[in-house]
Amino acid sequence: MNFAVLQFPGSNCDQDAVHVLRNVLGHTARLVWHKDASLGDADAVIVPGGFSYGDYLRTGAIARFSPVMQAVKQFADKGGLVLGICNGFQILCEANLVPGALVRNKSLQFRCENVFLKSPTADSPFTNRIPAGKLVRVPIAHGEGSYFADAETLGQLQANNQILWQYADATGELTDGANPNGSQLNIAGVCNARRNVAGLMPHPERASEKLLGSDDGLLIFRSMIAWFENQAKAKAA
Amino acid sequence: MTEPAITPELVAKHNLTPEEYAHAKEILGGREPSYTELGIFSVMWSEHCSYKNTKPLLKTFPTKSPKILVGAGEENAGIIDIGDDLAIAFKIESHNHPSAVEPFQGAATGVGGIVRDIFTMGARPIAALNSLRFGELSNPEVRRLFSGVVSGIAHYGNCFGIPTIAGEVYFDKSYEGNPLVNAFCLGVLRHDQIARGAAKGIGNPVFYVGPATGRDGLAGAAFASQDLTDESAQQQRGAVQVGDPFMEKLVCEACLELLATGCVAGIQDMGAAGLTCSTCETAARAGTGIEIELNKVPQRVPNMSSYEIMLSESQERMLIIVKKGHEAEVKRIFDKWDLPWAEVGVVTDTGRMVVRHNGKVVADIPAKKIADESPVYQRASQEPAYLKEVRAFRLEGIADTKSPMDDLKKLLAWPSIASKNWVYRQYDHMVRDNSIVCPGSDAAVLRIKADCVPQCESNPAAAKVPDKFIAMSVDCNGVYVYLDPYEGGKAAMAECCRNLACSGAVPLGATDNLNMANPHKPELFWQMQESVRGLADGCRAFNAPVTGGNCSLYNQNPSGPIDPTPTVAVVGLIEKPEHITTQWFKDEGDAIILLGTPVDTADPILGLGGSAYLQVIHGKKTGSPPRCDLDVAKTLHTSLLGLIHTGDIKSAHDCSDGGLAAALAESCISELIAKDTPRLLGATVDLSEIKDVRLDALLFGETQSRVVISTKAINATKVIERAKLLGVPAVQIGTVGGDKLTIKTSAGEFSAPLTELHDGWWNSIARAMA
Repeated sequence: MNFAVLQFPGSNCDQDAVHVLRNVLGHTARLVWHKDASLGDADAVIVPGGFSYGDYLRTGAIARFSPVMQAVKQFADKGGLVLGICNGFQILCEANLVPGALVRNKSLQFRCENVFLKSPTADSPFTNRIPAGKLVRVPIAHGEGSYFADAETLGQLQANNQILWQYADATGELTDGANPNGSQLNIAGVCNARRNVAGLMPHPERASEKLLGSDDGLLIFRSMIAWFENQAKAKAA
Repeated sequence: MTEPAITPELVAKHNLTPEEYAHAKEILGGREPSYTELGIFSVMWSEHCSYKNTKPLLKTFPTKSPKILVGAGEENAGIIDIGDDLAIAFKIESHNHPSAVEPFQGAATGVGGIVRDIFTMGARPIAALNSLRFGELSNPEVRRLFSGVVSGIAHYGNCFGIPTIAGEVYFDKSYEGNPLVNAFCLGVLRHDQIARGAAKGIGNPVFYVGPATGRDGLAGAAFASQDLTDESAQQQRGAVQVGDPFMEKLVCEACLELLATGCVAGIQDMGAAGLTCSTCETAARAGTGIEIELNKVPQRVPNMSSYEIMLSESQERMLIIVKKGHEAEVKRIFDKWDLPWAEVGVVTDTGRMVVRHNGKVVADIPAKKIADESPVYQRASQEPAYLKEVRAFRLEGIADTKSPMDDLKKLLAWPSIASKNWVYRQYDHMVRDNSIVCPGSDAAVLRIKADCVPQCESNPAAAKVPDKFIAMSVDCNGVYVYLDPYEGGKAAMAECCRNLACSGAVPLGATDNLNMANPHKPELFWQMQESVRGLADGCRAFNAPVTGGNCSLYNQNPSGPIDPTPTVAVVGLIEKPEHITTQWFKDEGDAIILLGTPVDTADPILGLGGSAYLQVIHGKKTGSPPRCDLDVAKTLHTSLLGLIHTGDIKSAHDCSDGGLAAALAESCISELIAKDTPRLLGATVDLSEIKDVRLDALLFGETQSRVVISTKAINATKVIERAKLLGVPAVQIGTVGGDKLTIKTSAGEFSAPLTELHDGWWNSIARAMA
């Protein structure tokens, strides 16, 4: 599978995503510069974490205007898989590719620590390999990761099973204590209505090797790969 | 624009003595300096740039080993070989005065400056550490400084994308109003990628890259080289620079990309003393001259004078000497990253640094003379009077502990010992996907993989990089140093190397940051001199030569000098990933073994001098600190590594602040699974065999060279025998298990639930800051 990993000025988790996709999972991953207007032959797009444009103005607010984002929009419109991680999630929100917004952490401080994620649904290209009830242990690292949406949007997200990841405690409960940033409904990540574009604040690429403490994050990438391969098989059949 | 006339008052304002001024005139061939030249001499001969008060001391550090590729003082940072054609560049630097005045920007630019020093060497920065000191948290002003410094470091490091993976924080009244902010950075490169800060090649063009020059940070180096007073802090707020980590990230990527093309002849960051220091140092190193036209320097505001442009410390700027004919490469790469760049001058054969402004010469100084011939002073030194009383201190009159578990809880909740999670949870310590042991264990451990090495277009085969594992620690117990500078200096180095040994690493080299008070006061100079002697002896004992560092003097405020704080960071190599060891207990039933002598009975105050226990429980900061026998320490570290290499050691944690009891408690409570999810694993410890010694000395004494390890029960005897064979006292003191820490002694049995020990330890700083 061919992954395109976007590179904005200020991206700093781009190499991490490439490392995991290439060296841990054995797939092809290529950096795509933000000024490029084409994604080439990508099968999926990763919008990585970092501080695109220094987070000036508002997180993700400037990056959405980069030429490559037009290509990402078209790619998504055709049903292509797009995953935004951390700052990538913020960019996808700003670009209206996924619903909602990410605001300052309730603590007003940057937070870097491991959290547990619960997936309410396995019915998505990003969660299909996560076993039911499995708590995925991955780190967060953000200052503006508090998920916010109006009541109507939240209702739709719930009705359509668009909430893909929620912060849980070690027993799987969605408690206030487990919520690291004050997100509504403990939301850590969502997808669009068509389910092909998703964003999450935690960093699965930092939890993809046992050596680094957890490889739970691989479940998310493996979900994308499984979904893509099934699609390809279905097309071939 | 007319420049002010040079008067004795103006000279004095620039912190130059009449003798220094006379020497400056001599260098200029007898003529008076221009105003711009006076500014140049002032910053170049400030302590910060010239080390004029510390050079004789710095020369006593061991700085050589076969592994050192770039040694101390040669370049912006030292470089050490780590095998397989790979090398690491690392250095520590202070930003104390700026942080006292403006904590957020002061600390942020401290990080920015040290990161720049590392990529200037051609290395990719992959790890940051910091060492911080503040007054006591009960003071609201201290809390403001602490909070500002931590968020400044977080802001810069997080945005740049470097993991801030370890550090230390102490709180002591002596740092009130004069916090210490020491920032460390480490980068990785291949041997053939080492870049030099030399203006080589007559006729090569000189480029300025990075954001425009403004009036910020005017003469910051000079500001950092005088006593900090309320008045100076107010006046000098404009000397604090403003950092932009986003810009630094772009400049770093662009510089590494440019270096990979092979068209760079020399490169240097504009740190302290900005354009002045970078131009004359690069020329001095190459033995060439340099000529620049200030008109061509990108400027943020109109009508800046030559004095201002030369002395500005605007951040994230670099000076690059490009091989003639390759100018287009600079344009291609810096345009790609949307970064300002300008060709501002040329390398000459005159040996002079010539600065023009609108065509008119405003400075013309022999480069080598001003860079290398700064004044050097051998300051007077005298043992401070307070030490008599310190040495006479005995334990008579100090009541032994009556309630050890209550005392332990107080110690664990004491901010200097308590968990620093309030700090490191604000730092991104995992970016770059290499963090194996994160903050919260004795030393941080990082993997080095292919993407840590700057890319190289000319040699794609070099992209094959075997994984390497390095450990880092930064330490200094300033109280020990205050109470006995020589022993304290040794102890700082010993603790740092002990932390490394506990993680499974062998030291490669050290970088030091001498945070001291006014060197003109003989008693304060003596503290520095003795602590350097201790540190240097430690470096020799552990085969960890100093590869560079920084001095920060004049750390005092109206209420007195700081405790002398010679912070040291040591980097070590771990041979195999299976040797990586953490401090927390792993499994129920494991045997707990103490390596080292339980209590130094030859010490009349039994390791309690300067201890956290005396400070917290008895309110006394006195007594000679525990003796640090470097031979004993060296044997312990080597033996511990030998044991770790057998694969039998499941955890290793050193005894330092708070003694054996604190080390045991930390081994029980410091593993963290996820947010609010610690893994608590109890222990039952029996020390009743150790008789005839005060209980407080046994539990809380800080006798040096001790480590608590754990191993599978069936391996305990084997491990103990092997340790003894290697020359280290070893005894099984307990078993892992349960939800309490229970300690039996000849004076009785004491126990506390881990949840209680953990609560104070984990939350006390957050509570103080709430």
